[in-house]
Amino acid sequence: MAKVLMKGNEAVGAAAIEAGCRYFFGYPITPQSELPEYMARELPKVGGVFLQAESEIAAINMVYGAAGAGARVMTSSSSPGISLKQEGISYIAGAELPCLIVNMMRGGPGLGSIQPSQTDYFQATRGGGNGDYRVVVLAPSNVQELVDLIIEGFDIADQYRNPVMILGDGMIGQMMEPVEFKKPKQRELPPKDDWITNGTKGKRKPHIINSLYLAPEELEAHNIKLQEKYRKIRENEVKVESYNIEDADVVIAAYGTTARIVKTAISQLEREGYKVGLIRPITLWPYPYDEFKKINPQCKGILTVEMNTGQMLDDVKIAVEGRFPVYFHGRTGGMVPTPNEIIEKVKRIHGGEM
Amino acid sequence: MLLDDKRIRIIVGHYGSGKTEFSVNYAVKLRQLKNKVALVDLDVVNLYFRSREKAEELEKLGIRVIASSLRGSGVDIPAVSAEVYAPIQDESYDAVLDVGGDPAGARTLGMYSQYFTEGDYDMFFVLNANRPETQTVEKAIEYLKRIEDTARVKVTGIVNNTHMLKSTTCEDVLKGQVLAEKLSEKLSIPIKYVVALENVAKDLPPNLNGEVFPIKLFMREEWMV
Repeated sequence: MAKVLMKGNEAVGAAAIEAGCRYFFGYPITPQSELPEYMARELPKVGGVFLQAESEIAAINMVYGAAGAGARVMTSSSSPGISLKQEGISYIAGAELPCLIVNMMRGGPGLGSIQPSQTDYFQATRGGGNGDYRVVVLAPSNVQELVDLIIEGFDIADQYRNPVMILGDGMIGQMMEPVEFKKPKQRELPPKDDWITNGTKGKRKPHIINSLYLAPEELEAHNIKLQEKYRKIRENEVKVESYNIEDADVVIAAYGTTARIVKTAISQLEREGYKVGLIRPITLWPYPYDEFKKINPQCKGILTVEMNTGQMLDDVKIAVEGRFPVYFHGRTGGMVPTPNEIIEKVKRIHGGEM
Repeated sequence: MLLDDKRIRIIVGHYGSGKTEFSVNYAVKLRQLKNKVALVDLDVVNLYFRSREKAEELEKLGIRVIASSLRGSGVDIPAVSAEVYAPIQDESYDAVLDVGGDPAGARTLGMYSQYFTEGDYDMFFVLNANRPETQTVEKAIEYLKRIEDTARVKVTGIVNNTHMLKSTTCEDVLKGQVLAEKLSEKLSIPIKYVVALENVAKDLPPNLNGEVFPIKLFMREEWMV
């Protein structure tokens, strides 16, 4: 298929349908409403179901039900709506069901604003709901990568029976960019027949999907099993893009839209003779901690750039293990950092002024 | 020639076709030819990348920018200012109306439709053949008709704005021109402009159906593709 021009939110819908998703349950919220609108228009054409739920909480529980029946299913929202879904996400993780959740982040806390932000990093990577669980978090930085990660995200969810979250921001959702739809690398996906609740037909015992274990021994065993799964995900699914880190005097860590702005800043700095590297985590959980071990030992410092007041900053500090000073530049409230702000900070780190 | 167009120019089309970029460029060029120019942002559908975001820059160029009476680009309320009537009623103005995408966006226009009598206005349908929803002549006709029905205003000209953002080539524009010509022929609506980035426009073949309209990108940040 030739390249077409699509808005991020539309591209999510098209990619999900391409990946075989036939069920969408959601509730509109700016800046991702084009996605439910797209699904409402397109899913019936392929024999799927779009349902606008009465609330985000209802929507995520419909996802729980559809995933339990073995369907490829998705929901989407933006920050305050994702907060409402947290209870359901915890249940889905506990019951080990595959699904895709899209968060096009906007400014917070509370209702915040409709402009782009990255303020839900903690919520996404640390678990916004209760319990010792993890969600695979994928952070695209352009619309093409958004499409690719949506398609692969469904496979990751099925492979590990775990929710996968696409953590975008309003800018990615609203931005128009060229995309093409490519087949992802083939994964061995386990069959679903031995656990889905699709009717016994009188031939087998009922499958039970549940996150309640009243016996502490059983719940501990369940948690140990979950942790073993998370260990495998950490081992197999880390994705990161890095640039020139073995040689850099300053390394910038940034993801999503912010990484785009950082790349523009790096090109300008290179023209002025500075050696600047980039670590762009594509999976925010599992986090690419090991990538930071490859950084030039003479590096003067790591600059974390985010559209928040410092959240991924914690993971960068964990990854750096005190080997380099870690600095931060962030804009928040819907403000988007400019290349010039970043250039300025890098020069100050380089000059030992910070 | 921009001066051959009617005093009120209404810009409609599928969302993502590039209406706002065309509208802003049109207003800037028009201001170089006329003293009283207003750009009216009627987009209440999409809240990102609207012409009002560039109000300050445009006002410096002497263009009156009218949008919501509620200031701020992040106001998520479908409010339009009463000021919109000013350039529509005041005949000393040349006006560019940047309408929201799709039939949904064109609905806002319906409330002013009584002012648009045949021969007194132009309504340009912006077409981008790289958008999946308007890649065939049938789909383009469907969009155009639905927009006309919702707005209760008829399209008077087609604008071929087929692009791939900053990586647009002559081939993109010419592919769109084929579609625009088919659309033009089917509906008997002339192609008014062929839009292209300045560095692409200079390489376009001569004698295209429609006037070549070179543009600068006002709405894309430096870091965007």
